[in-house]
Amino acid sequence: MGADAGPLVSVAGLRVIARGTPKDTVIVNDVSFDIARGEVVALIGESGSGKTTIALSLLGYARPGCRIAAGSIRVGNTQVDALSPRGRAQFRGRQVSYIAQSAAASFNPSQRIMAQVIESALIHRLLTRPAAEAKAKNLFRALALPDPEHVGSRYPHQVSGGQLQRLMAAMALITDPELVIMDEPTTALDVTTQIEVLRAFKSVVKEHHTTALYVSHDLSVVAQIADRIIVLRDGTIQELGSTTRILSAPTHAYTQSLLAAADPAAHSAPSAPIAVKQPPLLQVTGLIAGYGGNTPQGVPRLPVLHKVDCTIQPGSVLGVIGESGSGKSTLARVVAGLLPAANGTIALDGQTLPPHAAQRSREQLRRIQIVFQSADVALNPAHRIDRIMARPLRFYHGLSGGDAARRVTALLDMVRLSPAIADRYPGELSGGQKQRVNLARALAAEPSLILCDEVTSALDTVVGAAILELLAELRRELGLAYMFISHDLSTVRAICDEVMILYAGQAVEYGDRGALLAPPRHPYTDLLISSVPELRPGWLDEISSVRLAEAAGDGAPRPAASPYAFVDRCAFVSRCAMRLDGVCDTQVPPVRRLPKGTMIRCHRTEQDLLAAQTSAVTAPIPLLHERAE
Amino acid sequence: MSAAVTTRRPRLPSTGAIGAAVLAFWLIVAVLAPWIAPYSAGHLVSPTILGPMTWAFPFGTDYLGRDMLSRVLLGARITVGVSAAATALACFAGVTLALAAAVRGGWLDAVLSRVLDAVISLPSLLFGLVVVASLGASMPVLIATAAVIYTPGAYRTARSLAVNINALDFVTVARARGEGTWFIMREEILPNLLLPVLTDFGLRFVYVVLLLSGLSFLGLGVQPPYADWGSLVRENMEGLVDGSPAVIMPALAIATLTIAVNLLIDHLPTRRSANDGR
Repeated sequence: MGADAGPLVSVAGLRVIARGTPKDTVIVNDVSFDIARGEVVALIGESGSGKTTIALSLLGYARPGCRIAAGSIRVGNTQVDALSPRGRAQFRGRQVSYIAQSAAASFNPSQRIMAQVIESALIHRLLTRPAAEAKAKNLFRALALPDPEHVGSRYPHQVSGGQLQRLMAAMALITDPELVIMDEPTTALDVTTQIEVLRAFKSVVKEHHTTALYVSHDLSVVAQIADRIIVLRDGTIQELGSTTRILSAPTHAYTQSLLAAADPAAHSAPSAPIAVKQPPLLQVTGLIAGYGGNTPQGVPRLPVLHKVDCTIQPGSVLGVIGESGSGKSTLARVVAGLLPAANGTIALDGQTLPPHAAQRSREQLRRIQIVFQSADVALNPAHRIDRIMARPLRFYHGLSGGDAARRVTALLDMVRLSPAIADRYPGELSGGQKQRVNLARALAAEPSLILCDEVTSALDTVVGAAILELLAELRRELGLAYMFISHDLSTVRAICDEVMILYAGQAVEYGDRGALLAPPRHPYTDLLISSVPELRPGWLDEISSVRLAEAAGDGAPRPAASPYAFVDRCAFVSRCAMRLDGVCDTQVPPVRRLPKGTMIRCHRTEQDLLAAQTSAVTAPIPLLHERAE
Repeated sequence: MSAAVTTRRPRLPSTGAIGAAVLAFWLIVAVLAPWIAPYSAGHLVSPTILGPMTWAFPFGTDYLGRDMLSRVLLGARITVGVSAAATALACFAGVTLALAAAVRGGWLDAVLSRVLDAVISLPSLLFGLVVVASLGASMPVLIATAAVIYTPGAYRTARSLAVNINALDFVTVARARGEGTWFIMREEILPNLLLPVLTDFGLRFVYVVLLLSGLSFLGLGVQPPYADWGSLVRENMEGLVDGSPAVIMPALAIATLTIAVNLLIDHLPTRRSANDGR
């Protein structure tokens, strides 16, 4: 390899083509960039922008149906595009390694972790087995994994998602590769988990002087780790520059739109606060629900929701936030009548709803509609859009023929889709279009309440921001109420009036959006808010170690693992930095109303919380990330 | 667009097209047999028994001196007809039960699945022999027997697919809308099952042809004066030692029909997936 001058990686005129009938499509066109030794370069773009294709081409790989048609790719002294199949096998895993988005899918579930981590070092005959294992343990330590001596002897399902992602980094670094490619390594993680993983990646990259290409759609994440950013769209480079320059002074219009979409709070505030107290549209009281049937005591065998109360006023929006497994989707399913509650009531306009959808009247069903996260599977691929849309019109309103067709056109117009879409199949639409059709189908029922289950989570930032905009508009025009479920605080605060924070099936804090974001907060609320990456470099380094320990929650039983944890203690106790030993782990926390206007479930006094949250944080955490207009 | 040349092998005539052509041929023969067969099935046309292929008798003559070509053509009617009827019955019953089991779940699914598993555990030829021996070998009995034997297989295939589709969000949306079981079965799940079910129909048809031919070969299938291909092989068995076409031709007919169906279903288009791009 030698100490040659110049950049480590040099890509020039790269062009990747997807074979197709009748003609080929260019998916990456004339892309050129360099990566210096020890530098981290980020590729930013929406899905379909070609970012993963470019990253894979550095491994000399083109996905099935694609090929590298032109250009030169050099990594170190290796001309990657000219390698023989044998040469590629030598090159991959040794000079370049890859960290994929889903660690869970990248580990073999039937082999122990250690065997998989050191595999490439053994294949390339770089180290003996004991040496490789010792090195792996050092990497585990550097990546802040709990119990680095023994974590290797576990199987992949025995560690958490965030730990698995860090173990995959160890796998990639075991051969001391010249270049590491990280393909959306934190996208599938919860925000609180994302911090620990990012932090671990960053310290390892710094320590090993690793050269890396970081692929992501999330500017805030990239801001924490990259030295330079390349903005991609439709397979071409839009803008290339240092991280600080791109974030503070983007020159390209597309980069500016990405920056704007990354913070929807800045431009789509909720319409008007609901001042007048009306009778609630939806009232949920003492809801207990779960899976696996009920025990003789009337408690679900696998409890998910524990005594949840919430109300939604007509025309208002309740945001429900929590990490995966917190029970937020279960809440929507229970309200929709898909999962009968074990206990508690759901009332619509004061009228108690039967627990099961099959027992509800058509009118009751009509007034609550549900929209799911993945538009791909929410539309029947075998039917055309007009048929999908016509069904609720017929079912709830008895419309058919020309009347229904006119209404379908009107509904498509309402979600800003062309009527020409009506005779296409779902597979022929883009993700954003499908999500709009999904919404239009819910609107066809003319509901009072729409349950939005992570409706923007599967979409690109810009597309997701447009959907949020549409939801806000529809709410203004039609007086709709939403239950807006998300794991993403920034989308929730863009659209919601009230917010409920769920942890392990309990509302730990619930109240008006503004009040909820202001201190004193429940320790978990505080953790969530401070875990959302900010759009400025250096944010990650300013997070206090207390918070980090909390975020990691390493060694703490995950909520799902101990369903009865909340019977005699606070659900958050094992991860809480402010726990009072002998109190929080032996008594159920009281539900109190804070003067700022939220309900909170915590043993700590308001003064304690306020003191901790104003002093422990080294850098001020902006509550609402207000951008200068 | 690009100057780079992609080398593509010249496309051979698709084996799927060959399969379709052979199957179409046998279907047409099955329908038109009485009009295109040169002789009637029972007519003794030649003094030579188990005669060779000649211009007058292209498939030779059988053990009584009847024209084999006519008998094979007329046999197609019975083999194809009885098999298609039995397969259609098996697939219809299997798919309907599978959809109901997948959508309703619970005890219905448990009962149906266990009962049909019990039926699968019976050796099919033995079961056929017992039923035919006790109820007589009429065509309705043969059709019903084959249908009962192949319903559990059709059920298993369709259920495993339907259970997966039933878990998708568009079915959940229909449930939340308040749709009943029948609507979900027919409108949401069945359209997504059609292609795999069609493939399964083809495979099962082949099994049924082989089962019925086997029963007939054992003398328990179609009875004289009717004769399917299995019985034609059986009655001309003694010609086997001399290589008489009377035994080879019906066997060949069974082979071409079953292979043709297999070739065709290998080339059926794959299911329209939710992720098909533009």
